[in-house]
Amino acid sequence: MRSLLAVLTVVAAIVVLWYAACAPMNIKGVLTELERGGAQVVPEGAPARRDMSAFGLVAGNSFAIPATWAQERPRLPAPHQVVTELWNTTVMKKITSKRSLVYHGWVTLSATLLGFAIGTGLGILLAVGIVHSRVMDMSVMPWAIVSQTIPIIALAPMIIVVLYSVGVQGILPKAIISAYLSFFPVVVGMVKGLRSPDAMQLDLLKTYNANTNQGFWKLRLPASMPYLFASLKIGIAASLVGAIVGELPTGAVAGLGARLLAGSYYGQTVQIWSALFGAAILAGLLVGLLGLIERATLKRMGMS
Amino acid sequence: MNNETMNQTAAARDAAQPVVEARGLDLTFQTNDGPVQALKDVNLTIDKGDFVSFIGPSGCGKTTFLRVMAALEQPTGGTITVNGMTPDEARRNRAYGYVFQAAGLYPWRTIAKNIRLPLEIMGYSRARQEERVKDVLQLVDLEGFGEKYPWQLSGGMQQRASIARALAFDADILLMDEPFGALDEIVRDHLNEQLLQLWARTNKTIGFVTHSIPEAVYLSTRIVVMSPRPGRITDVIESPLPKERPLEIRDTPEFIEIAHRVREGLRAGHSYDD
Ligand SMILES: Nc1ncnc2c1ncn2[C@@H]1O[C@H](COP(=O)(O)OP(=O)(O)OP(=O)(O)O)[C@@H](O)[C@H]1O
Ligand SMILES: [Mg+2]
Repeated sequence: MRSLLAVLTVVAAIVVLWYAACAPMNIKGVLTELERGGAQVVPEGAPARRDMSAFGLVAGNSFAIPATWAQERPRLPAPHQVVTELWNTTVMKKITSKRSLVYHGWVTLSATLLGFAIGTGLGILLAVGIVHSRVMDMSVMPWAIVSQTIPIIALAPMIIVVLYSVGVQGILPKAIISAYLSFFPVVVGMVKGLRSPDAMQLDLLKTYNANTNQGFWKLRLPASMPYLFASLKIGIAASLVGAIVGELPTGAVAGLGARLLAGSYYGQTVQIWSALFGAAILAGLLVGLLGLIERATLKRMGMS
Repeated sequence: MNNETMNQTAAARDAAQPVVEARGLDLTFQTNDGPVQALKDVNLTIDKGDFVSFIGPSGCGKTTFLRVMAALEQPTGGTITVNGMTPDEARRNRAYGYVFQAAGLYPWRTIAKNIRLPLEIMGYSRARQEERVKDVLQLVDLEGFGEKYPWQLSGGMQQRASIARALAFDADILLMDEPFGALDEIVRDHLNEQLLQLWARTNKTIGFVTHSIPEAVYLSTRIVVMSPRPGRITDVIESPLPKERPLEIRDTPEFIEIAHRVREGLRAGHSYDD
């Protein structure tokens, strides 16, 4: 109950700040529109207002504040505008419609899930190799780290162009960018998890004359589960980012990334923000779902 | 089987096949701060059915010696045989069960499944596994706890479960490194009593590391006193106490006499440092 109150307080504070920020952000555009409609604003004439501070304009035209929350193409849309747009493009639209955010969300989600599966599989394989082979530890790990220092925004177009030239199109290039971002946390977490059994536990297996295989399945793998889930949660969020970034350079027509791009072409800030929130909600759902699977798995293993 | 009855008398011991035989054993660890001589010229014979305690100040090489017997550590000099083989061969023959200071049960396995772990690894049949688990749970007095997870048990019960795990595959030798070190006196007494009963019933050979003089005297047929820097054996005390030992035996003059000798031995080892 108490924590709910705390959460609500934080949300309320953010909403209040957001509304407050809308006024100075949008005031110039609003005043221009109002003046064109015949209203009395101070000072008169757009050129006179150009160099004035936004806060000064808000102070001098406080009557115009409500209008800053209701523009059609605001610089910063107000919360209720974003919520309305979200509502209209999800619940109120058929999901087959090109304007449905659910449709675009699904396009991005399918690439995200495919990329996440590839990234996780690759990450686990690499981690197993790294833990069992010193050569792999020394040769693969540095490259995995270097791979993550390259900005994905620079790399994504190259990946897409290269794949396109060999005839790979559609969902796969996006999934690969997504996998590129998500394999890394899985590698790091799994390596740590597979190495988490202490010397005593390894010695114990040695006294049973257990082989490497048995050590892996009976000790290392189960011991790594909590680490794996922590990495998967980071990995799935990274996957989503990867899929969205993968949609930008292709000028894709469908997907959350495409909505962001189209929104910025046509100055549809409300659409941009609702796509952003759509992505955030999607990420939240995915992480939450993983959390549920984690709880169920660890509970079944007797570890929680 | 024949040997076991013969072992009862000290005279027959010389004729008995030694389970562990160490001759001039040396072990030097190469560390960043230079070599550390953990064992120097250790000579020891452990016979079948012996209960041998190792006692000595911290760092005198008790754990190291146990680990050498278990082939978890390689000696740098001398020879050691376990059941007439090298320790590594003995390990591969699953000659011993090892109990570490911490219970080290897998948190994701129930007690029964923890005990089953070595059996799974050694390829026991499902039916044999069930049978052995049931038997050893009874041996350590944990019937009815098989389906519990480790965190649902007290520290003493966990330690008993780890002993059951070491007993599961019925190795002749049981090596225990301060298994009761972290437990309180009363629980410890109780477990000591149980361990003696278990030893009497199974006639295993036990190597037992401890810091407690009463524990060593109460449990052992022989007490090996060690001293550090370099780790070596300074005294081996044969206990004249009978095999049947109620807890009250600790108040008898014989018991106090042996405890005194152990204490003297430890003190002598210490003064060597000065
Ligand atoms: N793996 C290792 N590497 C380097 N030195 C070690 C290693 N294991 C033990 N030693 C050293 O060997 C010596 C003997 O250690 P050991 O653990 O056998 O002592 P111990 O008698 O069991 O002591 P305690 O009663 O504290 O358990 C110590 O000086 C220790 O620092
Ligand atoms: Mg020790």
